[in-house]
Amino acid sequence: MKRGLADMLKGGVIMDVVTAEQARIAEDAGAIAVMALERVPADIRAQGGVARMSDPDLIDEITAAVSIPVMAKARIGHFVEAQVLQELGVDYIDESEVLSPADYVNHIDKHAFTVPFVCGATNLGEALRRITEGAAMIRSKGEAGTGDVSEATRHIRTIKREIAGLAATLASDPAELYVAAKELQAPYALVREVAERGELPVVLFVAGGIATPADAAMMMQLGADGVFVGSGIFKSGDPAKRAAAIVKATALYSDPRVITEASRGLGEAMVGINVADVPAPHRLSERGW
Amino acid sequence: MVTAPRVGVVALQGGVREHVELLASLGAFPVPLRRPDELVGPDGLRVDAVVLPGGESSTIDRLLRLFGLGHPLRDAIAAGLPTLGTCAGLIQLASRIEDPAPGQESFGVLDVTVRRNAFGRQVDSAETCLDTAWGPAQVAFIRAPEVVAYGPSVTPLARLHDRLVAVNQGAITGIAFHPELTGETLFHRRLLESIR
Repeated sequence: MKRGLADMLKGGVIMDVVTAEQARIAEDAGAIAVMALERVPADIRAQGGVARMSDPDLIDEITAAVSIPVMAKARIGHFVEAQVLQELGVDYIDESEVLSPADYVNHIDKHAFTVPFVCGATNLGEALRRITEGAAMIRSKGEAGTGDVSEATRHIRTIKREIAGLAATLASDPAELYVAAKELQAPYALVREVAERGELPVVLFVAGGIATPADAAMMMQLGADGVFVGSGIFKSGDPAKRAAAIVKATALYSDPRVITEASRGLGEAMVGINVADVPAPHRLSERGW
Repeated sequence: MVTAPRVGVVALQGGVREHVELLASLGAFPVPLRRPDELVGPDGLRVDAVVLPGGESSTIDRLLRLFGLGHPLRDAIAAGLPTLGTCAGLIQLASRIEDPAPGQESFGVLDVTVRRNAFGRQVDSAETCLDTAWGPAQVAFIRAPEVVAYGPSVTPLARLHDRLVAVNQGAITGIAFHPELTGETLFHRRLLESIR
């Protein structure tokens, strides 16, 4: 049942917000959900230190301000932060590499919760392990807080390519799916299901570095079911206008005329950092496994 | 030869594909609708019926207006186009929304008042077997709205915990839940039967 929940988010944009006011701007612009945070990834990156779950007061404030679903982040493996977020009644928990991991071995056992989880993945094996643990939604990780979309592109392309590979294996010799499961480090039954469906059994969003309408439309054309926009909106010159433009481009992602119009006069985009300039130990996408 | 009925599925945001697959499995020809010209051509309406899927109702309303599909769709439904609205689709059809999001509008073609997220948040969502006036139906509730008031032309079809969750008014059916997620065909079959 939890798997079907996230279907209602398809074709939509989920926006990071740090105040009730930002949450209202996001809802007004047509966001399908907001991610309630104390700091957007760009600030977490700039300020450093340990990043944790947000203050329950902040999450309550944001939940009270909007009628769309509210998501909140727990640290990887921090099942008690997840218990708190479930107690607060958030609509989704994001077990997120943007926060500092609390457990470098185990992710949260998401079957133990009634609230649905979204988890990050950089490749198919990682996505399938998260689904096995109970994730109801997968988002590719990208490199959050950079405004550089190249990692997001790599992750969605990798996942799509690996799914296509499984489908091809099924067509040529189903016996090879056992080895495929071993190599993906994921359960055979789930690997077989993905090979048969030609897609994940849950929705697949893209996150990390999306800053413009064209970025969002590119992810949709690469096969995403929707996008997360983190720092890209409220770190830009005209957040309300940019948010609405990204919503428009995500809904009509295959229409260059719409994307062209949506790209006009948005003011300054977030400054951004090239992923190549981020030293490897500080790359968030390498957290989780 | 009888051609398959063309059923428009509003495809701006939300659970579109399950409706498309369900309609195709029933022998209909689903037509995703994003732009006005996909609904109305030079020779009039290009679909025989329409489905308004679930999703985020305030977002769908906004996108309908943004892309110019809202007005022609509203007019076609008011003129008698057979219509099925599920969840956010029911909200879009309603005459009144008790608790709209800022700026949210609805078509006003179904004489009911709806309350959004009437059953609580995501964590309260569930799958259930519902007794309806048209027979039993296995369906899913996700942040479902409820009908809190309705006019004399509206027939109640089903209740859950004493709350009205399905209604019919002429060619329009509005349901607060999701039959497409469980593969329940009852409401889509009814929609196809009403095309003549």
